[in-house]
Amino acid sequence: MTNDELKTVLTERFPAAEIKQGFQYVEMIVKAEDLHETAVQLKQTDEFYFDYLICLTGIDYPENMGITYHLESVKHRHVMVLKVRTSDRVNPAIDTVSDVWITAKYHEREVYDLLGVHFNNHTDLRRLFLEDGWGFPLRKDYVDEVRIVER
Amino acid sequence: MSEIREVIVKTDRLATDKYQVNMGPQHPSTHGVLRLLVTLEGEKVLNVQPHTGYIHSGIEKMCEAITYPQIIHLTDRMDYLSAHMSNEAVALCVENALQIEVPDRVKYIRTIMDELTRLASHQLWWCVYGMDLGALTTFFYGLRDRELILDIFEETCGARMTVSYNTPGGLMFDIHPNFQKRVKDYIKYFKTKLPEYDKLLTGNVIMRERTEGIGYLTLEDAIDFGVTGPSGRASGFSSDVRKHQPYSAYPLVKFNEILDHRCDSLARYEVRILEMWESISIIEQLIDNIPEGDYALKMKGVLKLPEGEFYQRVETARGEFGVFIVSDGKKNPYRIKFRSPGFSNLFALNNMAKGHKIADLVAIMSTLDLIIPDIDR
Repeated sequence: MTNDELKTVLTERFPAAEIKQGFQYVEMIVKAEDLHETAVQLKQTDEFYFDYLICLTGIDYPENMGITYHLESVKHRHVMVLKVRTSDRVNPAIDTVSDVWITAKYHEREVYDLLGVHFNNHTDLRRLFLEDGWGFPLRKDYVDEVRIVER
Repeated sequence: MSEIREVIVKTDRLATDKYQVNMGPQHPSTHGVLRLLVTLEGEKVLNVQPHTGYIHSGIEKMCEAITYPQIIHLTDRMDYLSAHMSNEAVALCVENALQIEVPDRVKYIRTIMDELTRLASHQLWWCVYGMDLGALTTFFYGLRDRELILDIFEETCGARMTVSYNTPGGLMFDIHPNFQKRVKDYIKYFKTKLPEYDKLLTGNVIMRERTEGIGYLTLEDAIDFGVTGPSGRASGFSSDVRKHQPYSAYPLVKFNEILDHRCDSLARYEVRILEMWESISIIEQLIDNIPEGDYALKMKGVLKLPEGEFYQRVETARGEFGVFIVSDGKKNPYRIKFRSPGFSNLFALNNMAKGHKIADLVAIMSTLDLIIPDIDR
């Protein structure tokens, strides 16, 4: 499907979500409580069939945390972006999608490690790169004690 | 005979107990500092848990404090064997966001450099793969040929591996006057040497015994784990960004996406060997036709990206590399994420190695072509 077709079909299918054309791909913003159900439908519905999770990114916004999913369908070759925001910034939590795409299990561990986002129902939520007790370096209020970034 | 067997059954408690062994972080076959926590039953692998982070350098955090042209130099340090492709990803992302089109000359040179980098990377992978299987000779053959590519890089960009040849809007310098002749000479030379690789290793009985039917990764798993690049294509996962979302001069050249449906270690090996032939063909199509023109556009001293989110995918030697920039309109990114191919590929290892012998674990891991700084970032 082209971006325009994809946008039309998504709007029909997910009336509650906010759908717009982004810079390159169609972007869909869903509420945190709808995330898991949306992910399941995006993967399992034949017309979408987003079976390949390219990239999962956590972003620290001033009021909340955002998670962005880049999805591709290997069958139809269309790409879209799924976005979600947590309700809280200090203790953010969101449903996992690791039961939908296995690779999300490890990408979510990375987001948990670097941003401190807790993923509900994740089976193995441990730190990936840093030691236990380290802060969350990608948060904007992280204090860079050894001055590795700012000189 | 039955008496001996009874004694073994009685005393052999180790064989029935599961035990855990640390492989790495200083194990030679991990090619970097990666620790695998391997659960074994005798020699059989039951579970492989990768532990990463030994060379986590916080590149994404560092990038938030520096400007876009500076970021390019940090991307070299992630996947140091595909340095040029990672550079290009950031350069393309910034160019797309600013909506500028680089001259054709830049596109051609970038693509030739991409393919030379891919050749060098696959050569190093091939020679190290032989070594992981216990065939030391391959190491000398592979490095002999790779060294000549690095010499071409050195002459043109001044660096051998961390080239940093791209800038937003073009290239750092024009190609060296000798570049075209040297590349053509090299391609002529390497076409006679690549069949040697097959003679030396591909047909070898020991090598085939250790790869055929070993390390099975189904197509569904490859997609689910996001295993891209030659490793994914050996499972039939058509994931070549050069084909599906072509960039630079790739729309202008003819090449095949190498797909294999055998899903085992041998398939991953042969995909890479065939990709080297494709790289040679791409370089041959471009090298005589580099258009005249500028090697870079005149850019402002300080680059500010418009507010928004930009994603760029490129195909490195290991798979799909992505740059995701979230910009708030300043000269440095609000958030930058590198989707590294090695990260997704690594975690499929447990799936592939389960049930095999521990010696095969080394052979399977090597077919994934992992670069640890690429995973840890």
